[in-house]
Amino acid sequence: MSSETFKLIIYISFGTILMNNFVLSNFLGICPFLGVSKRLDSAMGMSVAVIFVMIIASIITNLAYNYLLLPNDLEYLQTITFILVIAGFVQLIELFMKKTLPGLYMTLGIYLPLITTNCAILGVALINVQEDYNLWQSTLYGASAGVGFMLATIIFAGIRERLDSSDIPKFFKGLPIALITAAFLSLAFSGFKGIFG
Amino acid sequence: MKNRSLQEFSKGIFKENPTFILVLGMCPTLAVSTTANNSLMMGLAATLVLVLSNIIISLMRKVIPDKVRIPIYITVIAGFVTILQLLMKAYMPDLDKALGIYIPLIVVNCIILARAEAFAGKNNAWYSLLDGLGMGLGFTLALTVIGLIREFLGTGSVFGWQIIKSVPMPSMFIMPAGAFLVLGMLMALISAITKKTTEIEDCSECPMHCSARMEEGEKNE
Repeated sequence: MSSETFKLIIYISFGTILMNNFVLSNFLGICPFLGVSKRLDSAMGMSVAVIFVMIIASIITNLAYNYLLLPNDLEYLQTITFILVIAGFVQLIELFMKKTLPGLYMTLGIYLPLITTNCAILGVALINVQEDYNLWQSTLYGASAGVGFMLATIIFAGIRERLDSSDIPKFFKGLPIALITAAFLSLAFSGFKGIFG
Repeated sequence: MKNRSLQEFSKGIFKENPTFILVLGMCPTLAVSTTANNSLMMGLAATLVLVLSNIIISLMRKVIPDKVRIPIYITVIAGFVTILQLLMKAYMPDLDKALGIYIPLIVVNCIILARAEAFAGKNNAWYSLLDGLGMGLGFTLALTVIGLIREFLGTGSVFGWQIIKSVPMPSMFIMPAGAFLVLGMLMALISAITKKTTEIEDCSECPMHCSARMEEGEKNE
């Protein structure tokens, strides 16, 4: 492995997990981030499902873009193609999982329909095209984005479990205090920005 | 008749404001509200897509089979978003750069699919147009308010006009953290006015999830 490749791997993975965290700095996947972070175990399950779908979406949209859209000059159809391809493929995997791996389906499967095509997943596919990543780079990017989501969601869920038992002003209960907590988490993550100089 | 038209139009602006009351479409709300101008443009772009998709879906509501309605809605919405994206690339390249991937992401904006599912699929084209317009303007209004606050506190300007020059402003507000903070404070203010607490229970605000859940329900029956 050349040093260039190594640098790129470090840049994509750490850059996506810490510096440009998908939730806290790109605002992608806010809905599941706020939605499942009330309890630690559901945050964990959702995060694993997100990582899984992001990796699959990265691979499948990269192939679709390079072998289906580019050769036929159909780049302008990318948004619609990505959505349909991701939704179709995840549905397929869900069916497959239900039949062959019922144990995994019980833990992962319930989260799959929630995230099939939300902005985080489509965002990964669009950023991959924007940054001109090839197949392995896209896959790495998808995985890192998912891990970044997991990190943010699990920290956030930990904080929110504590918030439940604390005395919050009446009008800040629920969403407002969650958003303000996210603000401080995001501020903390922005400290990573200087890490590579 | 006239009364109902007015009602369908105005409900999206205050009573059922998509951002503050229904809490839909959080991703673009937080991401593009760095300046008032970006917010306004993003809001108008989403309004355009919302109105057009609402009209088309409402006109087709009798011929769309119930089982495949969600994929059809998405295809219609994605079509309009692509048109908008190409127009923006051609005539407003600066804005297209500023809004980046959040323009194609209008496709998965919860507001648009939610209105298609909750309103346009059940009502006629005129009311759907008004509903889309009202919801879109409500979204634009909310987005612009957030953008104004963030731009003013973060850079001291309003719509690009520098108002405070001598004092350095806290740039935290144009950073991602500022988006969460401003929206959180506004939400608290709204709940103090309406005397209701806002709570996100699960992902049920995302229409994709609704669709998935409904499909599950149909299968179980």
